[in-house]
Amino acid sequence: MGAEAARQALASTDARPTAVWFATADPAYLEKTNATTIHAALRLDADVTALDTGSAVRSGVGSLLAALRSRDSILVVASDIRVGLPTGADESAQGDAAAAILVGDDTDGPVIAEYLGGAQRTEEFIDRWRTPGDPRPRQWEEKFGEVKLLPLTAEAFDAALKDAQLNVDQVDIAIVTGPHTRAVKGAAGRLGVKKVADDLASAVGQSGTAHPALLLANALEQAEPGQVIALVSLSDGVDVALFRTTDAITQYRSARPVAQQVESSADIPYGKFLMWRGMVHVEPPRRPEPDRISASVSGRSEDWKYAFVGSRDRSTGALHLPPQRVSREGGAQDEMEAAPMADVRGTIATFTIDRIAYSPSPPIVFAIVDFDGGGRLPVELCDVDADSLAMGRQVEMTFRRLFTADGIHNYFWKARPVRG
Amino acid sequence: MASHGIKDQVAIVGMGCTPFGEHWDKGADDLLIDASNEAFASAGVDKETVDAYWLGTAMSGMSGMALARPLQLSGKPVTRVENFCATGAEALRNAAYAVASGAYDVAMAIGVEKVKDSGYQGLVGAAKTPTDGTGRTLTAAAMYAMCAPAYGKKYGVSDEEVREALARISVKNHYNGARNPRAQFKKEITVETVCNAPLMAGNLGVYDCSGVADGSAAAVIVRAQDAHKYTDNPIYIKALSFIAGNCSGNADPGYDYTWFPEIHASGLEAYKQAGVTDPRGQIAMAEVHDCFTPAELLIYEDLGFAERGTAWKEVIDGTFDLTGDIPVNPDGGLKSFGHPVGASGLRMVFECWTQMRREAGEQRQIKTDKRLALSHNLGGYPGEMVSFVGIYGPDLG
Repeated sequence: MGAEAARQALASTDARPTAVWFATADPAYLEKTNATTIHAALRLDADVTALDTGSAVRSGVGSLLAALRSRDSILVVASDIRVGLPTGADESAQGDAAAAILVGDDTDGPVIAEYLGGAQRTEEFIDRWRTPGDPRPRQWEEKFGEVKLLPLTAEAFDAALKDAQLNVDQVDIAIVTGPHTRAVKGAAGRLGVKKVADDLASAVGQSGTAHPALLLANALEQAEPGQVIALVSLSDGVDVALFRTTDAITQYRSARPVAQQVESSADIPYGKFLMWRGMVHVEPPRRPEPDRISASVSGRSEDWKYAFVGSRDRSTGALHLPPQRVSREGGAQDEMEAAPMADVRGTIATFTIDRIAYSPSPPIVFAIVDFDGGGRLPVELCDVDADSLAMGRQVEMTFRRLFTADGIHNYFWKARPVRG
Repeated sequence: MASHGIKDQVAIVGMGCTPFGEHWDKGADDLLIDASNEAFASAGVDKETVDAYWLGTAMSGMSGMALARPLQLSGKPVTRVENFCATGAEALRNAAYAVASGAYDVAMAIGVEKVKDSGYQGLVGAAKTPTDGTGRTLTAAAMYAMCAPAYGKKYGVSDEEVREALARISVKNHYNGARNPRAQFKKEITVETVCNAPLMAGNLGVYDCSGVADGSAAAVIVRAQDAHKYTDNPIYIKALSFIAGNCSGNADPGYDYTWFPEIHASGLEAYKQAGVTDPRGQIAMAEVHDCFTPAELLIYEDLGFAERGTAWKEVIDGTFDLTGDIPVNPDGGLKSFGHPVGASGLRMVFECWTQMRREAGEQRQIKTDKRLALSHNLGGYPGEMVSFVGIYGPDLG
């Protein structure tokens, strides 16, 4: 999800970051940096830093504020898979999401929202916690957190207004969010801002680390020039940032706006959800589990595996997926140029449903995809309703985890039917 | 530079083939001993008479020692070959060339697979080459399943008609297997059984997939002029063609999954070597690689047994039945005889040998007025396969 959000962020601008910061409370790896995977999927240069923040929900908004206060151009990616035991309040109130925000200045590219100022308040108190590996977050009695968070919010908001040299009437819209529903609701009512943004609680659910960036992205997708937006996040303290949209926002087009994604969403059966979450173990196909991938082979094919880059024969134009050294047409050797295909759409030439192959989500739907402008690949489909699938359907590529073996996640690309 | 073939230069003078099936009480060593004993006896030779051995196995052993140890061969050259599911044919091909070259007087080609020790029902790949994890994870059944709708769409054949034709292929092969004591599944089935079976991939059910079996088959090969020293009824090799595809089908949007270019090309090459100009008019029978029913359907057209777009109709009309114009898989095929990977290519030759010597028995014996038999053995998937075609006959010339 983080890689997908990051791709979309960079799709809407020519600006490129000098660093990628990845924040999540549910990292795919410990020890190993997760941001490097996003770095590879985006095909960023080696001199672009990739750094994980995370473990706490607050790291998402915290990274954003830190980026806003730095002088670098930083892609902040906040992503979260929200855990919770079946039938619990966390399970129903939360949702998974990722959002990416590219922070920079006029020298990097058009700025669509200017950072005016902000403030933070921190205090140690036990409100919500989870030990590593435990799928169940726990919470102290709600009123305690509320009592702690509300005064901190008032303080931080006032300080932020002061930092930005604004008064509250100048704020057009406030985004108020945090895992503590009751405190968030109370805080939103007390800020005195004329409009409080929809917190997407019913459409997406509270997405933890990702939520502040997600709501900010949603607000910017709907904003007009000159609007002042306050981002107020309550989690182990309070973070406030104030923005004013610029004229450039009229030129801003999100690759996949939040509202559009909500609109085109589909239901998944509860049983499947529990299976994906690892809450129920289902009978796998009676086939051997896949072997772990090779680090050195993956290293050699970094551009192909992570960024979906094929090779194109300069003389004949023949496109090769995966990249080859010798051309299929004409046989020229080492006359290839890189062919980035991640953003190229394709058409389903033929497809099938495989009921016996190993998959974390059987059955696998597989298609032979012919890409616009050449190239073919047999590839797994995702986010697909097999019954409505047909030859000729358009698909787009999306970065996914295929399986995990020996603790190594096998990331590669799948195709998904183009929506709407 | 040209391919010449070795028409009429070598002869098969003895063959053996174990029953194919789930041999819980036999290992690869036992199967190799059984098949080679039958082949030695058939040619009237012993293991010392054979100068060189080619062992075909995809996943049941490494190196020539996988044969030298169980047979206790002393000081003999043994080459292990592997070429996916065409491994058995590859063993035959290399042994035949060795004899044709004059390097050896007597060679044995033997194929074996012990697949039922993996703990899984289907085939479990042998190669554990480290990868970057980006390769296709689709099963073979799913790859072949994609051919059925593509074929129907191209030739305007309805899903129901394609389904019926595929079912008829399975029914035919089971009918033949039911008349073969060595077959894995000796039971006739109906079109309804095939169509109502649990689905494996796409519209293919259990009865569209070949049997997974253990087994072994072997051939003794000598120079043609020496053949009658060993048997009164040798079978001469007329053609051996082989093509390893460049995997372009799954990379080139020009490929449409309604034919197998590697099979078509290997067929033409074999016909050229054997001097066949009218496959349907000259070939008495064919053993083809019916790993999944859509494969057999497309192979009919690739090998020129039926015009493009007509094979589905010919199947339903009975062209490929035991009594048809050109019987295909009279021994039951991979479908009902079973498919021990490394042995299948030689099992197909065993049926050509049996039928052309008129030893198939009343129930299953085909007409041999036409004097050539063909075996087709492939390995891989639509778009990326190796393909072998061999042609054999009881007469020189």
